[in-house]
Amino acid sequence: MYNVKEVVANKPSRLTSGHRMCAGCGAPPVARMVLRALKPEDHAVISNATGCMEVSTFMYPYTAWTDSYIHTAFENAAATLSGAEAAYRSMKKQGKLPTEGDTKFIAFGGDGGTYDIGIQSLSGAMERGHDMVYVCYDNGAYMNTGIQRSSATPRFADTTTSPAGKVIPGKMQSRKDLTEVMASHHLPYVAQTIAFANFKDLYEKSEKAIYTEGACFLNVLAPCPRGWGYPTDMLMQINKLAVDTCYWPLYEVINGKYIINYKPAKKLPIEEFLRPQKRFKHMFQEGNEWMIEEFQKEVDKRWEELLALEEMSKEEK
Amino acid sequence: MGIRERLSGNEAAAIAMKQINPDVVAAFPITPSTEIPQYFSTFVSNGSVDTEFVAVESEHSAMSACVGAESAGARAMTATSANGLSYMWEMIYIASSLRLPIVMSLVNRAVSGPLNIHCDHSDAMGARDSGWIMLFSENNQEAYDNLIMAHRIAEHKDVLLPLMVCQDGFITSHSIENIELIEDDKVKEFVGTYHPEHYLLNEKEQMAVGPLDVQPFLFEHKYQQAEAMRNAKKVIADVAKDFEKMTGRKYSFFEEYMLDDAEIAIVCMNSTAGTAKTVVDELRTNGVKAGLLKVRMFRPFPAEEIAEALGHLKAVAVMDRSDSLNGAGGALFEDVVSSMYVGQKQVPTVSYVYGIGGRDTTSKDIYEVYSYLQDVVKTGKIDNPYRYVGLRK
Amino acid sequence: MSTKIDKNTPACDMTIAGNIYEAGNAMEFKTGDWRSIRPKYISEKCTQCGLCFPVCPDNAIPVGKDQKRTDFNYDYCKGCGVCAKVCPFKAIEMVDEGEK
Repeated sequence: MYNVKEVVANKPSRLTSGHRMCAGCGAPPVARMVLRALKPEDHAVISNATGCMEVSTFMYPYTAWTDSYIHTAFENAAATLSGAEAAYRSMKKQGKLPTEGDTKFIAFGGDGGTYDIGIQSLSGAMERGHDMVYVCYDNGAYMNTGIQRSSATPRFADTTTSPAGKVIPGKMQSRKDLTEVMASHHLPYVAQTIAFANFKDLYEKSEKAIYTEGACFLNVLAPCPRGWGYPTDMLMQINKLAVDTCYWPLYEVINGKYIINYKPAKKLPIEEFLRPQKRFKHMFQEGNEWMIEEFQKEVDKRWEELLALEEMSKEEK
Repeated sequence: MGIRERLSGNEAAAIAMKQINPDVVAAFPITPSTEIPQYFSTFVSNGSVDTEFVAVESEHSAMSACVGAESAGARAMTATSANGLSYMWEMIYIASSLRLPIVMSLVNRAVSGPLNIHCDHSDAMGARDSGWIMLFSENNQEAYDNLIMAHRIAEHKDVLLPLMVCQDGFITSHSIENIELIEDDKVKEFVGTYHPEHYLLNEKEQMAVGPLDVQPFLFEHKYQQAEAMRNAKKVIADVAKDFEKMTGRKYSFFEEYMLDDAEIAIVCMNSTAGTAKTVVDELRTNGVKAGLLKVRMFRPFPAEEIAEALGHLKAVAVMDRSDSLNGAGGALFEDVVSSMYVGQKQVPTVSYVYGIGGRDTTSKDIYEVYSYLQDVVKTGKIDNPYRYVGLRK
Repeated sequence: MSTKIDKNTPACDMTIAGNIYEAGNAMEFKTGDWRSIRPKYISEKCTQCGLCFPVCPDNAIPVGKDQKRTDFNYDYCKGCGVCAKVCPFKAIEMVDEGEK
């Protein structure tokens, strides 16, 4: 049984202090908990796409990672790691590495490096079935370069390349559903999660992903106080609103079988999630009620679809 | 005493890879290099190598996977051509900046566009300042030999740079020629095993690769790379000596053909040198003191040695199988003239662009070049130093 | 060795490629001076429920083997306030940096 106190006390963080992510950033608690899911005795090779996390955790000559770590470019965290994993299999098989001990392969990329520029590399590595986990920390825009829209940016969000103007009210396109795209790769394990409450959901999914053989994918919503425009201390409240409004459903797809891990007792209206965030401020202006309605409709539709997928999985047995 | 065979350039490259038995090969199909991973995957499927073959979804991922594998502590190899190399572009710089001795077969082909699958050197020339060691090969034998020498050079502790072995697409990659292969065990012994000092899979030492390298550091890291490239010269020469001991085949930075007493000479790379040698022979029988300098080691560029080798000539033509589109001559031409200027050798030199997009370069074309050089010597004048041969203007 | 590398280090003494062989040496880089507000730990109110343990982006909440937290590590705390906001017992209070 998961116990947050036990996990934190017994598994020292594999991402240290002294990194330069912004105060209140949603990504480090995610990375830290993912890595805590590793067995302490296991070795890990971490691949990181260019982005906030990379530039602030490995700025020469300081690395905040206690495992072996590689960053090469923006779009290829998955391909780079697939090479390291292939090297591991090859060298292990040839007796060039100690027979004892296990090495795990974990990639971290933001939504820009995963949904957009890195999707080819990700899709390729997943299809090839390398024994690795790709973790997308999704903050819904290119935050490292100053909040530009990505395909993960929700509809109507105000970003520096989809500014809410007099004629165009923010991003006009809907968010790509990458978790579903990855589920369509028929991987052994795909999950959508978040740092929520005592982090049980995130920890357990990370553990499953790391210790399921083959290519696994985790999509983790990781709020960005700068890009989303909410006070830094609200990280955990924003995360809770994301799941309670069903904006970010927590679910997993195990060998094609859908399981929704959290169904809010009372599904909150989407305004609750949108209101604290400056990127949606224009949606609350008079005359823009339709935007909130549209947003709500889309959230509802996706949630219903997910419920149906879960139902279908149950029927399949 | 070697094994006599008849192989195409691509087969020769694949056999070299088989004998090297790298830990990882990551490659993507592109004409005319496709056959290399194709032959090689047969070796993998039949269990004749220990390699993990990663059939990536693009060349960008091919080089990324090679970077990941090599950083992890493996020997990684790949092969590509033209647009494949263009698509790797970002990663070839990263491979060299991370000081990873990855070895690549580059089967030279025209970079788009318009699309053309045939030989020229625009792919290699685009990568000339990416920090890769670049060895050029006149024929299948040289492509094979250069590959056998590659790891010893790239992995040397004073070097640690990636290396590409170039050969001409179709002209040598798909032509079957006689070749002398080296016995498997001799190759194994010559190439040796790879023991990187630091690698990701070392459980005893966690390492971090690929930092954000800001203003106080990048300049010094680039200088280290430049130094490594300078160091490569001696290592390339040393490895060639050992190779000669094993095979009797001698390799220098460049090959001088009838150059000692020549008055006019062509400088070129890869298969054209074969055609030029025939023309030199014929010119010599007619009493024309023609010579040839075939560059093998293009990066690092043997500037001093080339200036020395060409300094006594009365006229030189540098032939580039790639137009630099810069109004100032081809890439090889620029390197040769700058070497000569710095070496204070004042020889009239012209640039010839030829063979673009697989245009055949015949002995007639080579004659035309030598004939122009004879005119230059006679008149002492160069009407236009930026010339073409084999082109319909 | 890498930790001795700074803007005055000559190229010959720098690690090649920017590699670092000392995992986690970012601990030597203190981020506490980024703070404008600071969390104040009121241990009497703390029930050691564990909710704040994993939320700190900077790993500035020390948790011992006894599964109990102690006072903040101000060397790294950037003062984001996430911990204070999740505490159900008001055992963390955000105060101005100058304040005691």
